Amino acid sequence: MITVTFEGADGSRITTKARPGTTLMEAARAASVPGILAECGGACSCSTCHVYVAPDFFDLLEPAGEMELDLLDFAWEPDPASSRLSCQIVLNEALEGLVARVPERQG
Amino acid sequence: MKPIVIIGAGQAGLALAAKLRALGCETPIKLIGAEPAPPYQRPPLSKKYMFGELDRERLYLRPETFYAENAIELITGTCVAAIEAAEKIVVLDDGTRIAASQIALCTGADPIRLPAAIGGDLAGVYTMRNLADADAMADEFRPGARVLIVGGGYIGLEAAAVAAAKGLQVTLVEMAPRILARVACAETATWFKALHQSHGVDIREGIGLSELTGKGGRVARARLSDGSDIEADFVVVGIGVRPGVALAEAAGLAIENGIRTDAFGAASAPGIWAAGDCASFPFQGCRIRLESVPNAIDQAEAVAAAMLGQGAPYVAKPWFWSDQFDVKLQIAGLNTGHDRVIVRQGDKLGTVSHWYFAGTRLLAVDAMNDPRAYMTAKRWIEAGQSPEPASLADPAIPLKSVPLAAPQTELAEAP
Ligand SMILES: Cc1cc2nc3c(=O)[nH]c(=O)nc-3n(C[C@H](O)[C@H](O)[C@H](O)COP(=O)(O)OP(=O)(O)OC[C@H]3O[C@@H](n4cnc5c(N)ncnc54)[C@H](O)[C@@H]3O)c2cc1C
Ligand code: FES
Repeated sequence: MITVTFEGADGSRITTKARPGTTLMEAARAASVPGILAECGGACSCSTCHVYVAPDFFDLLEPAGEMELDLLDFAWEPDPASSRLSCQIVLNEALEGLVARVPERQG
Repeated sequence: MKPIVIIGAGQAGLALAAKLRALGCETPIKLIGAEPAPPYQRPPLSKKYMFGELDRERLYLRPETFYAENAIELITGTCVAAIEAAEKIVVLDDGTRIAASQIALCTGADPIRLPAAIGGDLAGVYTMRNLADADAMADEFRPGARVLIVGGGYIGLEAAAVAAAKGLQVTLVEMAPRILARVACAETATWFKALHQSHGVDIREGIGLSELTGKGGRVARARLSDGSDIEADFVVVGIGVRPGVALAEAAGLAIENGIRTDAFGAASAPGIWAAGDCASFPFQGCRIRLESVPNAIDQAEAVAAAMLGQGAPYVAKPWFWSDQFDVKLQIAGLNTGHDRVIVRQGDKLGTVSHWYFAGTRLLAVDAMNDPRAYMTAKRWIEAGQSPEPASLADPAIPLKSVPLAAPQTELAEAP
């Protein structure tokens, strides 16, 4: 199991465990993290699962695809150095301890 | 304390229960669903799950622990047989009577089946609504198998795409003159037809199914309305759904293309609400019913707030997506009432968007592999802004630079 932490815009923290091979969005959904709406359920279609990934982990991620990058451009206050769609982040052992911040709002 | 009873443990039912708790509601909640599985997402059933790329548990919207942790009593595999609206009594199929403080109907929709008289009850004939449907047909998806898809809507086309990608021989018949006739413009239909044909799907438009015949109770052949006859190892029927109104109708609630609700999601009897595929609601001076996940979630959350006396009128922001082969279709808005379509080529090869207008007013867009067009259109539509059509049609003008008409007052709040 991989431990990940979500930080709310209000400073609240939710730490949860997820199976390798599942996505960061699924971890957030299972833990009912407020602010991760994930309306399309991970289809890379809605951009309502946007998070800011802490720098040490951001560089470990598989690079975002074109579809994700285009959607991110329209997310709420995107930051090219940390913004990702959490449904496109597949968790693995290297990401143990990952911290992601939830934006103030989605879209 | 009498519980809030939510009937239907699907996308809307779960969203409603979760939102009640998120808003601090402390009333007991019973979430009752006919299906054996906990609330799950349907879209992957005709996409990744059908393809075999997603495990069953990953369809579930919440882990089992969620329900206990949030004091939501999830009762699966149990059908509600009746409601007594005046007393707010919910009667289960085993006769149990539950007195509720409030009731929410989140009963979804039922797929339209082929009549038994034309072979609809033969083995090997499937509809595509539930996890059980998807599991039942999973073994049929063997390379080389011949599948007949009846109905060229999004679900039929998605099933066709999965089957073709898995190496099946796919024939799709659509009775209307073209596929997607009820939901999209001719430009979008033509585009998807070409996509499917390029993957070997045999699309036959303007052709209905006359009869399925079988061998030993199992489907084997289909006779089509043009008199032709084809062999089929199995059949997937995607000819639409009917809103799940049976309970509401029997209880005497008003029905109008679904359970009739007001802008807050209230049905026609006090303390009874409806949300999701089963409910119709006011929208821009008309009454509509939507069949989509975003609507199920947003409307259910609006109802949760209304149940607690914190409601605001639900203003739908329709959007939808579909995945076929390597194409992602994203739709913003509702195209009803459009009188022309502007085609805009995207920046990248194979990307295009179709923009629906009524006069100069932008109503909707179908964006094929073009999330920028989709996101831009969604913002414009929600803000009541319309791009100038001639500039829009010119791919040399970046979307950002397309001039906009002033917001139109008629688009403001629904009544
Ligand atoms: C194959 C498929 C693909 C789809 N793809 C997309 C897509 O890409 N994008 C999108 O936005 N939407 C898609 N949809 C539509 C989307 O899934 C629905 O709009 C959504 O599930 C509606 O949620 P709901 O809660 O209203 O209904 P449902 O999710 O259908 O839930 C209703 C539940 O109520 C239960 N129920 C009904 N009557 C009773 C009763 N009397 N007692 C107890 N339980 C009862 C039913 O068994 C069901 O489980 C798709 C649907 C299907 C079937
Ligand atoms: S959940 Fe929709 S894009 Fe991630």
